[in-house]
Amino acid sequence: MDEGFALTRFVLRRTFWAFFLFIVATFVTYVIFYVVPANPVSLINGAGGTTAGQHLRTTLHLDVPVFQQYWIFVWNIVRHGSLGYSFLDGSSVRSVLGREAPITGSLILGGAVLWLLLAIPIGIISAIRPRSLVDRFGMIFVLIGVSAPAVWLGLILAYSFGFKLGWTPIADYCNFFPTHGLTLCSGPARWAYHLVLPWTTFALLFAAIYTRMIRASVMETLSEDYVRTAKAKGAGSMRLLVHHVLRNSMLPVVTLLGLDLVALGITNAVWTETVFNLHGLGSEIGYAARVGNLPMAVGIVVVVTIAVIVLNFIVDVLYAFLDPRIRLST
Amino acid sequence: MALLEVTDLVTRFRTDDGIVQAVSGVSFSLDRGQTLGVVGESGSGKSVTFLTVMGLVDPRHADVTGSVRFDGNELLGASFSTLRKIRGQRIGMIFQDPMTSLNPVKRIGWQLEEAVLIHNDVSRSEARRRSLEVLDEVEIPRADARIDDYPHQFSGGMRQRVMIAMALINQPDLLIADEPTTALDVTTQAQILRLMKKLQDEHGTAIVMITHDLGVVAELADDAAVMYGGRIVEEAKVQDLFAQPEMPYTWGLLGSLPRADITAARLEQIPGQPPSLLRPPNGCAFNPRCAYAFDRCRAELPELRPSPTSGEHRFRCHLDDADRLRIWTAKKAELTSTEGTAA
Ligand SMILES: Nc1ncnc2c1ncn2[C@@H]1O[C@H](COP(=O)(O)OP(=O)(O)OP(=O)(O)O)[C@@H](O)[C@H]1O
Ligand SMILES: [Mg+2]
Repeated sequence: MDEGFALTRFVLRRTFWAFFLFIVATFVTYVIFYVVPANPVSLINGAGGTTAGQHLRTTLHLDVPVFQQYWIFVWNIVRHGSLGYSFLDGSSVRSVLGREAPITGSLILGGAVLWLLLAIPIGIISAIRPRSLVDRFGMIFVLIGVSAPAVWLGLILAYSFGFKLGWTPIADYCNFFPTHGLTLCSGPARWAYHLVLPWTTFALLFAAIYTRMIRASVMETLSEDYVRTAKAKGAGSMRLLVHHVLRNSMLPVVTLLGLDLVALGITNAVWTETVFNLHGLGSEIGYAARVGNLPMAVGIVVVVTIAVIVLNFIVDVLYAFLDPRIRLST
Repeated sequence: MALLEVTDLVTRFRTDDGIVQAVSGVSFSLDRGQTLGVVGESGSGKSVTFLTVMGLVDPRHADVTGSVRFDGNELLGASFSTLRKIRGQRIGMIFQDPMTSLNPVKRIGWQLEEAVLIHNDVSRSEARRRSLEVLDEVEIPRADARIDDYPHQFSGGMRQRVMIAMALINQPDLLIADEPTTALDVTTQAQILRLMKKLQDEHGTAIVMITHDLGVVAELADDAAVMYGGRIVEEAKVQDLFAQPEMPYTWGLLGSLPRADITAARLEQIPGQPPSLLRPPNGCAFNPRCAYAFDRCRAELPELRPSPTSGEHRFRCHLDDADRLRIWTAKKAELTSTEGTAA
């Protein structure tokens, strides 16, 4: 097939999919909040039904049917790039999320780097040396990671390293980019310092699963015919691993990583952020859901959807880079 | 001195179900420039024998005993670095399935160059020059335009040519070809075989040709070894084997040989299943499927013994010379009579 045509088709399909995902995700959120209503007016001034309440109802467009509310929401995004205003304090959802998204992003991405740094070497070593010491320790580590709930793990870490030993902070977030002000804590070093424990919590949870997966994937690759071919060519162990095993065995990891970063990442961010008092999307979505703060919840859904779309795109590009069969056939 | 001399080779795999003895005391030798055809059904131990020769069975799961002498040097128990120098440099190997035997994420050229660079201290451009040369030699059209393609852009036959090129690029003394044509269509098979023959003539490479197909042996080999249940059950010069096979399993193989002069309707499959290597039958491994088996066959393993006509022709069978001659003569008549009706 013509390569240019294939590319156009690919981009079109992806764009269509992105829109579809966006509409479904936001609309479902709307409907859920409509079906399980918390009265937002009562959130704001304590009691509904007053004239002031009636007025608020109108400004928040709560007096129109859900479809129309949804339409207003979409229109506001398209026309004004606005995600609306919080039912709680009327603050701009966009600016709140703009402040919170980097926190969650730092948490998940940093955690991912850490868990890959753990999982890749342990996974590879336990695959090439099954039943060795590393493999056995890896196995124990995996069992802990798989069975430990994030909250428990986070609390244990916070208690032992943060509280008892005093090595790390146990709460709060510092901006990565230096901000000039007296009260704000900022800069890469302090940013990382404050995130060490949350990252570790995250990494321990996921490193386990990834170690298992990488081990399985490397073992499977090791038994491939082309690895035998390379051995028959006289390749040494290092060459075998670097040139014939690693890239092929990382293919499934890339796919899984793309999915996990968003789906499992957000779920675990809810707990991790709560434990470490980080005001990111994870703790925000929990709160928004509890009090029925619809604009905030939908706003987060929008951010997450965008993250899914972007990550999927990155995974596709990475996959195409790793696997020439994809590059030339999609 | 023989180029490859294998003596009493035994390969046992430790599996969860018990010990699988895939190779049970195989001995043979191969001279420079000669071709040995190894035939036998699936599971008869052909691949394991030669993977063991190459040191490619995993010592964590397999026990190997016996001796493999290559050009005078013992390979069994040799260090990894000794083996590495021999693999790909002095012994090349090609495998059954060309679709899976090349690394899917590396360019053809890269994989060929790798074979050169592992063994020779030359520049990448020199390695590339040799790669192009050998691609030409295995008759890949427009090699300079195809060398940077990925394996999936090649057809099965073309990939097998690449495999051959890769195995021969360092001009080894021995080429082990493990069913190189099984996965290919008939026309491509013929082309690949012709190519191997041509390259052998040009370079004087010795070849081990592993196959299911006696036809391939007839066409290409000087010597033939028939394997069954992990043992060599008959070995001879190719023309002797075809003229006067000495034991029932080989008769069966010849009967199932699809030849132009035998109609497909009379093509005879050997009935029954190959033996379990986990729990091999007592006595001769072929006895449960053998139409001529008698008590002794079920009790005692027949030794590899020379045929009445030639000392180089050896076989395993308890039937006495007169019986074997009688049965083979009758079988031969049957096969040729089919030829008569077909004509
Ligand atoms: N790694 C292994 N572990 C256990 N058993 C094995 C292993 N490799 C091979 N075997 C067994 O050894 C026996 C011989 O296998 P081998 O691959 O040599 O057969 P073959 O004659 O090459 O057959 P085919 O014609 O199908 O290639 C088979 O029964 C196989 O199951
Ligand atoms: Mg085989």
